Amino acid sequence: MSDTLIDVVTAVLMIGGALMSVAAGVGLLRFPDLLTRMHAATKPQVLGLLLFLLAMGLQMRSWVLIPVLLVCWIFMLLTVPVSAHMVGRAGYRTKHLRRDLLSMDELDEVVEKAANKKAPGRNPTERPDET
Amino acid sequence: MQDFSPGNLIFGGLIAYAVANLLYLPPVELSGRFNVLYAVPFIGRFLYKLVVASFEVFWLSLTQGPRLVNAVVAVQLRSQSDLLVTVTGHALSLIPGSLVVEVDRSTSTLYLHCLNVKTPEGAAKIRSDVRATEAWLIRIMGTPDDLALLQTEVRFDQENEEREEGIRK
Amino acid sequence: MTSAVIIVGLLLGFAALCALYRIARGPSILDRVLAIDVLLAIIGGALAVDMAVNRHLDNIVLLVGISVIGFIGSVTVARFVTDRK
Repeated sequence: MSDTLIDVVTAVLMIGGALMSVAAGVGLLRFPDLLTRMHAATKPQVLGLLLFLLAMGLQMRSWVLIPVLLVCWIFMLLTVPVSAHMVGRAGYRTKHLRRDLLSMDELDEVVEKAANKKAPGRNPTERPDET
Repeated sequence: MQDFSPGNLIFGGLIAYAVANLLYLPPVELSGRFNVLYAVPFIGRFLYKLVVASFEVFWLSLTQGPRLVNAVVAVQLRSQSDLLVTVTGHALSLIPGSLVVEVDRSTSTLYLHCLNVKTPEGAAKIRSDVRATEAWLIRIMGTPDDLALLQTEVRFDQENEEREEGIRK
Repeated sequence: MTSAVIIVGLLLGFAALCALYRIARGPSILDRVLAIDVLLAIIGGALAVDMAVNRHLDNIVLLVGISVIGFIGSVTVARFVTDRK
């Protein structure tokens, strides 16, 4: 492959990664509540980083580098859902979401049932499997 | 970055051993099998879904913005193993458009927050999609029991389809 | 190559401004922590672009470090957030 071709592919990858960041930014601005914004926030962390790392790998032109970049991406893959789940669960249990935006909520009934079953005086937003 | 040496490797191994033995956590129960033949297409499917869903969410944020209607959908999984529920939840959370809000371990049910779901049909589509992801993961790393369960289910569906075709004829 | 870098810089700058607006605006601590996560991811992307264009590997440890900071920060805040209303 010629150098100019590699440069063009790198440029496309970098612009794609930057577009994912812009998508997250626009999502943060325009989405109405916490949980919807979380969907937008996952993108630059997963796909955006993948595109940037691919661009790096292409520009460096060395095979030794690929495991290092892969480890970097897999580390991101392992941590992003954990923090997203923690923030999302905290947001749901502390009522940070707007009910009027939900067309259906199958968790609500379960939480209600668990709260009614429990002795009075305990926190009703506790998760159902902690009883 | 590129200074690889045996001393480095041994020191890293020592640190890993110390961490694993001093900071003890309950062990993860592995199923004892890993099918690479299914793992490679699963990674391809995952990357495809990742790209498609990313652009979908981008498009939604530009066109719909504040008028989005979402849903919290409960999906019951087949497997009872901790590892499989965790991996399925992980794979789903990584794809934009679905997010695991809550997990019920006793019935292995995932509660997903999904973007742009307006009708029960949309929720049913998400449920079947999640169960397809789980089926892939069972084929890759599920326990033999789960695999047997999945195979019976597939056979049952096929027989049902054949019977329906027979009725139509 | 130079024009591509300029475009990428503009896009990343715009995205960072959006995230900063959300950090300033709130309305709750969870929104802020989420926006900080996105801002860290954008900074990490900028570091990766710098490494790709100038062909060095000095910042790759920093890239991992940034993601660790975002992870620990959001988990800690999610742990101690209290009920609204």
